[in-house]
Amino acid sequence: MSVFPSTAAAKKAGRSKPAASCSPKSRNQKAAYLFVAPLGIGFAVFYFWPLLQTFFYSFTEFGAFGGNTWVGTDNYVRVLKDVTVWQALGNTLIYCVIGLLALPLAIGVAALLNRRGLRGVAVYRALYFIPFVTLPVAVGLVWNWLYNGDYGLINEVFEWFGADRRYWISDPSTAVYAIGTVMVWSTTGYYLIIFMAGIKGIPQDYYEAAELDGAGPLRRFFTITLPLLSPTIFFASIICMINSLQTFDLIYIMMAEKNPAIGDTQSVVSLFYKWAFIENAQGAAAALAFLLMLIIAALTLVQFRLQKRWVHYA
Amino acid sequence: MRESSVRPASRRRFNAGSVATHAALSLGALVMVFPFLWQLLTAAKSLAETAKVPPTFLPDTWNWSSFEEVFTALPFREMLFNSVFNTVGRTVGQLVFCSLAAYAFARMQFRGRNALFALFLSVLMVPSSLLVLPQYDIIQRLGLLNSAPALFLPGMFSAFGTFMLRQFFLTLPKELEEAARIDGAGPFRIFWSIMLPLVRPALAALAVITAMWSWNDLLWPLIVNTDPQKMPISAGLTSLEGQFETNYPVMMAGSLIASLPMLIVYVFLQRHFVQSVALSGSKS
Repeated sequence: MSVFPSTAAAKKAGRSKPAASCSPKSRNQKAAYLFVAPLGIGFAVFYFWPLLQTFFYSFTEFGAFGGNTWVGTDNYVRVLKDVTVWQALGNTLIYCVIGLLALPLAIGVAALLNRRGLRGVAVYRALYFIPFVTLPVAVGLVWNWLYNGDYGLINEVFEWFGADRRYWISDPSTAVYAIGTVMVWSTTGYYLIIFMAGIKGIPQDYYEAAELDGAGPLRRFFTITLPLLSPTIFFASIICMINSLQTFDLIYIMMAEKNPAIGDTQSVVSLFYKWAFIENAQGAAAALAFLLMLIIAALTLVQFRLQKRWVHYA
Repeated sequence: MRESSVRPASRRRFNAGSVATHAALSLGALVMVFPFLWQLLTAAKSLAETAKVPPTFLPDTWNWSSFEEVFTALPFREMLFNSVFNTVGRTVGQLVFCSLAAYAFARMQFRGRNALFALFLSVLMVPSSLLVLPQYDIIQRLGLLNSAPALFLPGMFSAFGTFMLRQFFLTLPKELEEAARIDGAGPFRIFWSIMLPLVRPALAALAVITAMWSWNDLLWPLIVNTDPQKMPISAGLTSLEGQFETNYPVMMAGSLIASLPMLIVYVFLQRHFVQSVALSGSKS
């Protein structure tokens, strides 16, 4: 076997003319379509057709006994006029901002783990990743218990420091941050792995040269690690943003229906779930989902626009 | 020792720094693991003890009956089984469908390939909540609500999996295919017995990450399978929350048992987990 070509070279080879033209081209073409067909059919049925359907739903109202009536843009008007939508949007943006805090945390830990000759790197990485692997429901339940206003451990710790007890997740002023904290806790390990892979790609020579020039660890971090990691940071921030804009699991698990703070913690997707599957307002729910998609697309576009200012490609 | 070449003075500084690094990392690790330890300790307490103020750290008496109680409080065994079924279904589906398509996109020539690939990738951009209503309708129309296939059908098709495997197929040398073709092997045979074994690490990475998403998925199971007997454990545990609002030992025991399979898979296949995350993170 010859030496493996680099990814870039292989990519080029894959894109250019067929490698071998000895076998009948039409037979190969047919085979290729057969290879793609199962996935294509799955996508058509479960992704592309539903996308069109949702778009259609968003202009209709569901009758009690089936049958939709065309209502034009009524659903969109309802969504934009609804106070709970704006509240959910605000909450979702808060989750997004808090969720992004996982990135600096993960970068910090990754930089520490990159220390030359450090032992136990694999153990640390494993321990930090565990919250991400764990069932979200289990995570939500244990944090609810830790946050409990009467017998929760967190209040106990706060009392040591002389702070007041709180009902963390039923107090509207803290609930959204309490859930956000759990989000950060459970995703840091995921970004840690992404950043560790990114940092590994930075040539060790840079650090050695900087060290010879007398640059301390902090200076090396800010002048070498951060700029060279910026493409990875950019990628991670997009993933993080898209994921936190779709927050649902933790809110569904941690917020009971009777919780007085529910309006202050509800995300766009949890509101969507409520409308679509509890209140039977599918048309409005579909419109809400489209609004969310537009917001995700817009914010992603903004990030791509801004990347020229801070992302350095080596 | 690796540091032996460093001069004694700077070596001492290195060690002091190393202790500080370990201290910071351990503190973080404790924060990450503590909730699970607390879960275990709570599960082993009596119901009365969980309501004590201030809370006790270790149980007064170790009491493991909560671990049995979850199995009678819920159809817990069935739920675990449903989770396994869902996870296996999605994972096998993705491995089959994504590898076939990924291979064609990476190694075969056909009309409309690039346009089709771009179309498939667009699935990545669409938030899942946008599709859930019609997906529910389809499952309902197929008469599959509250059935095992309802759980895994849409999740068998993945743009992410296709994209990731395609990246791997692209790195293989084309001489292998040419040699096989000259020997008279057909496209499927080349795919199955030559190319597929070469991307085994990528398949393993995709399998573990898909398994994790499937085991932990909540929104979709909540929608399609509302019968407790047909729910996976991710959704089932939420009904435990409703019924046993303050029975923390039982809830914590249930959470632990439900998380355990994925944790075991993670401990054994850590390398693939890390690889799958690192790959999805750096190759794009």
